[in-house]
Amino acid sequence: MSDLTALNVVELQQALSSGETTSVEVTRAHLDRIAAEDGTLGAYLHVDGEAALRRAAEVDASGAAGTGLAGIPVALKDVFVTEGVPTTSGSRILEGWRPPYSATVAQRLADAGTVLLGKTNMDEFAMGSSTENSAYRPTRNPWDHDRIPGGSSGGSSAAVAGRLAPVALGTDTGGSIRQPAAVTGLVGHKPTYGSVSRYGLIAFSSSLDQAGPMARTVLDAALVHEVIGGHDPRDSTSIDAPVPTVVEAARRGAGGDLAGLRVGVVRELGGDGAREGYDAGVLERVAEAVALLEGAGAEVREVSCPSFGLALPAYYLIAPSEASSNLARFEGMRFGLRVGDDGSRDIDEVMALTREQGFGPEVKRRIILGTYALSAGYYDAYYGQAQKVRTLINRDFLAAFDDVDVLVSPTSPTVAWPIGARVDDPLAMYAADLCTLPASLAGVPAISVPCGLSEGLPVGLQVMAPALADDRCYRVAAAVEAALGAPLTDRLGERAA
Amino acid sequence: MSETRSETRSETLVDFDDVLTRYEPVIGLETHVELGTESKMFCGCSTTFGAEPNTQTCPVCLGLPGSLPVANAAAVESTIRIGLALGCRIAPWSRFARKNYFYPDIPKGFQTSQYDEPLCTAGHLDVEVDGETYRVEIERVHLEEDTGKNLHVGGATGRIHGADHSLVDFNRAGIPLVEIVTRPVPGAGAKAPEVARAYVTELREIIQTLGASDVRMEQGSLRCDVNTSLAPVGSLEWGTRTETKNVNSLRSVERAVRYEMRRQAAVLDAGGRVLQETRHFHEDTGSTSPGRSKEEATDYRYFPEPDLVPLAPDAEWVEKLAAGLPELPAARRTRLREEWGLSVTEMTWLVNAGALGLVEQTVAAGASPADARKWWLGELARRANDAGVELAELAVTPAQVAELTVLVAEGTVNDKLARQVLDGVLAGEGDPRSVVQARGLAVLGESDELGAAVDAAIAGAPDVVAKVQAGKVQALGALVGAVMKATRGQADAATVRRMLEERVL
Repeated sequence: MSDLTALNVVELQQALSSGETTSVEVTRAHLDRIAAEDGTLGAYLHVDGEAALRRAAEVDASGAAGTGLAGIPVALKDVFVTEGVPTTSGSRILEGWRPPYSATVAQRLADAGTVLLGKTNMDEFAMGSSTENSAYRPTRNPWDHDRIPGGSSGGSSAAVAGRLAPVALGTDTGGSIRQPAAVTGLVGHKPTYGSVSRYGLIAFSSSLDQAGPMARTVLDAALVHEVIGGHDPRDSTSIDAPVPTVVEAARRGAGGDLAGLRVGVVRELGGDGAREGYDAGVLERVAEAVALLEGAGAEVREVSCPSFGLALPAYYLIAPSEASSNLARFEGMRFGLRVGDDGSRDIDEVMALTREQGFGPEVKRRIILGTYALSAGYYDAYYGQAQKVRTLINRDFLAAFDDVDVLVSPTSPTVAWPIGARVDDPLAMYAADLCTLPASLAGVPAISVPCGLSEGLPVGLQVMAPALADDRCYRVAAAVEAALGAPLTDRLGERAA
Repeated sequence: MSETRSETRSETLVDFDDVLTRYEPVIGLETHVELGTESKMFCGCSTTFGAEPNTQTCPVCLGLPGSLPVANAAAVESTIRIGLALGCRIAPWSRFARKNYFYPDIPKGFQTSQYDEPLCTAGHLDVEVDGETYRVEIERVHLEEDTGKNLHVGGATGRIHGADHSLVDFNRAGIPLVEIVTRPVPGAGAKAPEVARAYVTELREIIQTLGASDVRMEQGSLRCDVNTSLAPVGSLEWGTRTETKNVNSLRSVERAVRYEMRRQAAVLDAGGRVLQETRHFHEDTGSTSPGRSKEEATDYRYFPEPDLVPLAPDAEWVEKLAAGLPELPAARRTRLREEWGLSVTEMTWLVNAGALGLVEQTVAAGASPADARKWWLGELARRANDAGVELAELAVTPAQVAELTVLVAEGTVNDKLARQVLDGVLAGEGDPRSVVQARGLAVLGESDELGAAVDAAIAGAPDVVAKVQAGKVQALGALVGAVMKATRGQADAATVRRMLEERVL
């Protein structure tokens, strides 16, 4: 058998169901690769090989391997709580914590028979675009080890692009699935807000957080989406509606026929008069992808969404505000780190010391920002105003979707940048989210699909659709993927060889 | 739990009547009621009181990372019913909000509450004090979650200051809590303390009638914060208020207001300024002392709870709930008063004695209203008083009291015997009829036994018989007495007299 880590999910399903291989073999192949590569890549924070192999053997014994996702190894961003398995959200403050319960999506993947390889690295509490804000280690981009893998789901992107896992889950608050997928040549989808359970996802910004798949192909992503999606009574914001038919859409899109589909290119995201900060190579690849869509029969037009320019400031008020409250529970009393409890200090001091030492600088920056924005006398000017901007962005989407079926833009204005290049410039770091923020604020689904290389590094095309029309994202993404031929990550394998 | 003690420093107080000559009090009440739902506000944990610490918890009410709340529909319904009973407007759209602050008993670092979009607003509750009606306006009724309970170990006060360490019990964390906030109540004057008490009493009874909570102040399922301020008589502006916490009984509500009025008057008299602060009430001395002033500086940074969807109670459902409300205490009192033909004052006595429900149940079990009242306000009230317990705590049921009145009415026992029957019932010897049997307490009818006693009395006092026969009929009393004594009070005096008359005259 050829290298099992080179196979995508669909190929693994075939190999498993035909009996060519077993879940144990597939799992061991990935564990071996993790052992060989992860010292360099730094994709994982926690791997329990023994548990994974035990689980794989169970699935093999049950005879289910190859049915659905049964027997397929997966990686989870460390933001998902997993019963008995260390969960840190990339922070020192949760070091050593083993949750007593599992996130709904983790449970659904487990119930489907997947094998958990491990927990992947991330920016602390999902705050960042490069994974450099991890309290534990930086993660390297498999395409260029001196560059960032995107963030905050950079451990997941590096793991899947680097073939240390066939698929992974990430979370996306302002672009944290799409941007790392884009800069590592993966497909990453942020589902409609409320369509995938947030129960057991350590909250960064509750009104924005969504879990979603990261994979090397569109169909792989859809297969995972189908398993994790759907109503969860434990999440009040979860939508009680059937999961969109994403697998079917991915298959249909791969046929390459987009006749009659109306595609809007968002002017404000890299179009006329809005090109500052965008790599020329990124814009070229995106333009080529749009041309491919047109070639597939889509009707393409430019669409203006004037409020999108306000997304960045609105996001950086809303997300830190909610985070300042969500992170208040990390006070060192009931789980994770506790600092300074030597009997001489009172509770306020112990809480302060714990938070001082347990949180990294970016997390503190956002807690302070959010605390300020929610303060009496400032609420209306900041949080209240940002919510109004959110409404405006929503209206732009609604108006646009009157005329077109999907909107497209670059996923990230640039390709992966060198590690360390933006760490001292938070605003430059924040600008990486420029294209992904509008869909986050409006709660609409958006996918990033690879559309070629610029300077040898992957570029992603973002496809946005109306709420609950996630299937459109998959259909268009699959058409782009089909038009480009083999998955982009195949080139990474060729290059390595 | 922890015994609270007043601080040693004693405050200067103005005589209560004196306060009223110079100042007008304004009161306000914030009442927290733990709802009697099966499960907690945002998770499925049990709400049973008194379980081992931290046994009724889960990731949600412990605020573990990743957990999310789901609102308890039964709690929302109870809150709306309370709002309806208080004549509130039920908001067609309302939201939860996060109240952010750090304290060890709030696991999430914020309390999920309601802020500017409460479920119920603009209601009122009329209370009566000494025949006069006072309208207490209700500003809002909102739904939130209770905190955990801190146990401060070591230190003299049982409070956090000076404690060696603290333990937290999260069983209470997340229990649905309804907060009922009044608007300021001016104009009660000298009656302010009693109006405050009457308000809490009436509110408690309404919530009990709704079955929304067991409203037990001693267990903390009804907790009260009492706001008090004073303004010079005739002043257009109200004074600075204090908020007194730890007010754990109806009597304490009254005492707390009274104490704060006297204390604040002394401060103002001395040219001082009343501090806006939280104060603690001390049951033992009836005084208040300052709480942590730090609380005033807290900015709670309220914002809409993004983890919960807005509450949008359907208008039809609200109407259905309104139509399904039980008869409320005030209406019930009016109805019963009319049915029983009582004066307002008589009714007030009955209510104040805590006997209304008992009398009603006794009547329902077959007693006449007059008999039921006579027993509960008379003999039973005496027994309760002697035992130092509430009427309702006596080991006798309204049905047993009704049976007792029936036994008297049908002549099986007389009043004196009835009291002995009651002794038996209270001693756990069973229902009145069984006690009568077991103790042999029935009035002796015109039996051979009684005939023999009558004959013996006649035979034993020929001189008296002679007097009676000579026309001095009142002398018969001595013979009746002798028979009663011989039968140890178990005979009916009228029967005895008739039998004597038949034999002697």
